[in-house]
Amino acid sequence: MYNKGTIIPGLVIFVLLVTSPIWFNGFKAATPPKPELPPGGEKNCVMPKEYMRDNHMVLLNQWRDSVLREEERVVVTVDGKNYRKGLQMACMQCHSNKEKFCDTCHTYADVNPYCWDCHLTPKEAASKEVTH
Amino acid sequence: MIEKILRGKPAYWMWLAFLGSFIAIGAACYARQYLFGLGLTGMSRDVSWGLYISQFTFLVGVAAGGVMLVLPYYVHNYKVFGKITILGEFLAIAAIVMCMLFIMADLGQPLRAVNVILHPTPHSMLFWDMCVLIGYLSLNILCGWVILTAERKGVHPPRWIYFFVYLSIPFAVSIHTVTAMLYCGLPGRHFWLSAIIAPRFLASAFAAGPALIVIACLVLKRVANFDAGKQAMDKLVTIIMYAAMLNTFFVLLEVFVGYYSNIPGHKHSIEYLFFGLEHHGHVYNNLVPFMWTSVVLNFSALGLFSLPYVRRKNEFLLGLSCVMIFLALWIDKGLGFVFAGFVPSPLHEIVEYIPTLNELGITIGVWATGFFILTVLYKIVVGVEHEIES
Amino acid sequence: MDKQRRNFLKIASVTALAGIGAPALVRLTSTAAVASEHVAAAGHAPAKEKAGAHGEAAPKGVRLGMVIDMRRFVENPRLLNNAIAACNLVHNIPQIDNSKSEIKWLWKAPFTSVFPEQSAYHAAGNVENTSFAVLCNHCDDPPCVRACPTQATFKIPGNGIIAMDYHRCIGCRFCMAACPYGARSFNWEDPRPYIKKYNPDFPTRMRGVVEKCNFCGERLALGQEPACVEACKGTGAMVFGDLNDPKSEIRRLLDKEFTIQRNASLGTKPSVFYIV
Repeated sequence: MYNKGTIIPGLVIFVLLVTSPIWFNGFKAATPPKPELPPGGEKNCVMPKEYMRDNHMVLLNQWRDSVLREEERVVVTVDGKNYRKGLQMACMQCHSNKEKFCDTCHTYADVNPYCWDCHLTPKEAASKEVTH
Repeated sequence: MIEKILRGKPAYWMWLAFLGSFIAIGAACYARQYLFGLGLTGMSRDVSWGLYISQFTFLVGVAAGGVMLVLPYYVHNYKVFGKITILGEFLAIAAIVMCMLFIMADLGQPLRAVNVILHPTPHSMLFWDMCVLIGYLSLNILCGWVILTAERKGVHPPRWIYFFVYLSIPFAVSIHTVTAMLYCGLPGRHFWLSAIIAPRFLASAFAAGPALIVIACLVLKRVANFDAGKQAMDKLVTIIMYAAMLNTFFVLLEVFVGYYSNIPGHKHSIEYLFFGLEHHGHVYNNLVPFMWTSVVLNFSALGLFSLPYVRRKNEFLLGLSCVMIFLALWIDKGLGFVFAGFVPSPLHEIVEYIPTLNELGITIGVWATGFFILTVLYKIVVGVEHEIES
Repeated sequence: MDKQRRNFLKIASVTALAGIGAPALVRLTSTAAVASEHVAAAGHAPAKEKAGAHGEAAPKGVRLGMVIDMRRFVENPRLLNNAIAACNLVHNIPQIDNSKSEIKWLWKAPFTSVFPEQSAYHAAGNVENTSFAVLCNHCDDPPCVRACPTQATFKIPGNGIIAMDYHRCIGCRFCMAACPYGARSFNWEDPRPYIKKYNPDFPTRMRGVVEKCNFCGERLALGQEPACVEACKGTGAMVFGDLNDPKSEIRRLLDKEFTIQRNASLGTKPSVFYIV
């Protein structure tokens, strides 16, 4: 083999780089997240739990388009309680603690949805409260 | 052919390092803008487009200018341009890359740029601009590469490539026409709302692009022993002259329409550019010195070009005239045209635009990137030419 | 799949309504689109307006609009400030003290700015010294929608509102160049530090997107009036309603009074009218 002296160390460095996440974490799996259940004790969501776990982002995108583009700002009723369609209007009414609910999984999976660049969490909204 | 990039004289590497340092500055400035937002620029609610879009507009013209070599060579079989046509095609590549970088630098949400493709919108001129720019870039990469490869092997280019060569000619016209349509279809912006914008853009493009190629040829002759040939240069200068004269004629027509019709909306921007616009007791005249510089450079260059001595005997004066006409057109289209369209604002306020240092850093960085790409591409051309000769 | 079902439901409901021939109830809510489609389907479409070839086309569906009666604002100088404050509060609009990057949905400007194409030569005193209310015109033929390369700004078919989808806007600012009324603002930086008080019922915006007046689409859905109109309640300074409904309050006012639109010669068909 030509250039053995450069190719083999090069390969070793490449393999080490590619597998670096494993070495950095020392073969330890992080503890799986445990998102907080609604503090108000609500039991049912707009869709079954399993669907929401996998597809909440799809549902949120559908809601976004129907509210903004089709003016279908319809009310969602769960267990006899009415909610206005939307992340800030519906979801956060029950899952009122974004840090203990949304963030637990998003941090674990290292995803950074831009929802909160615009939408207010109850905590943020309270930080500059409207006083009449 | 890529390997030609990797062998060069120290001067070649020094030049690349020089450009590289400006690219680094541009990247650092862009990182700042990316993290903070476009508030780091001098743009405002009233002047919502600035240097980035104006440079984009000008560089689309430079890219389209390459067609002034392709058309005579391939359509009219004008053999004299045989050696330099590839320079026009590669200039188009570098210029379009700059255009795209300027667009990305201008977006408030650059990560969402693909939305233009995900939600195609035929009634938006920006959508069509993206289509023709990507098309023209691909055509030039394809044609330039295939033809240069054939030249290197000493064979005729494959016949299928001529389809794409001919296709690139209407594409060159379309990129600048569609760019003009970004402006000239907007109601309420009197300065832009003129059917002559597209022809004027094309005229100035057909002067600025070839002027840059003449400058490049003169530099390559000195530093790389690449001679385009006297006759080719002479013909290029003729093209530049006619195109620059047409552009001047079109601008003067705009002045006539504004002042003879005496419609305030048609006069305001021209007045702002050349004399300063008075509003609430204050005269706004930031661009006046630039515009008169452009006028002087434009007419001096035209005068110099008309002398046979300059065209055929004195390469220094020829190069200087090309730099002058290029600068004149850059000020006219790369500064004045875009900025003045926002004056006065729809609510008849006057806000002047002054770019910030950070914005200038990004702008220079993009220009340096373009020249870096141009240098590398021309290095390949020169390398192939020398290989054929030897 | 979800979309198809929704479209099917829409068509089915319109057909059903047309079949029963129930009286059309044109409301400002989300059902407005369906209701007006029913009017057209049942053949009760309003008679063609007596407009020539150069006038506006025969009305179709709901077209929300506003009449701004400047006489009422002159009588009560604090009214406009109240309306602007209500708008700012409801929509979490940042208060940036810098004309370069300010965000404006509803604001004040002199007559010469709002109507630059009109002569102000020897204008009446109350015209020269009054601040006019300025907002998005929600044009029937909007140049900003034509210019937007991603359909981030669009006309809502059901009510004619020119809306923004801040999730989709790429911040190219083509719409700002296209709008002949200067109604659009760009978020040059993160707006949140400049918002004094949050309305928890409405999002803020992020940096890098364009924003403007939305005719309070979110309040209309709840059966409320736009915030500025509500702030002027009882004065008649701002009248809001369906321009295509001959029985609406706004139409009664338009039929009675002489009104002007901002630079109507551009063919944008503004839906905001002024009584000077």
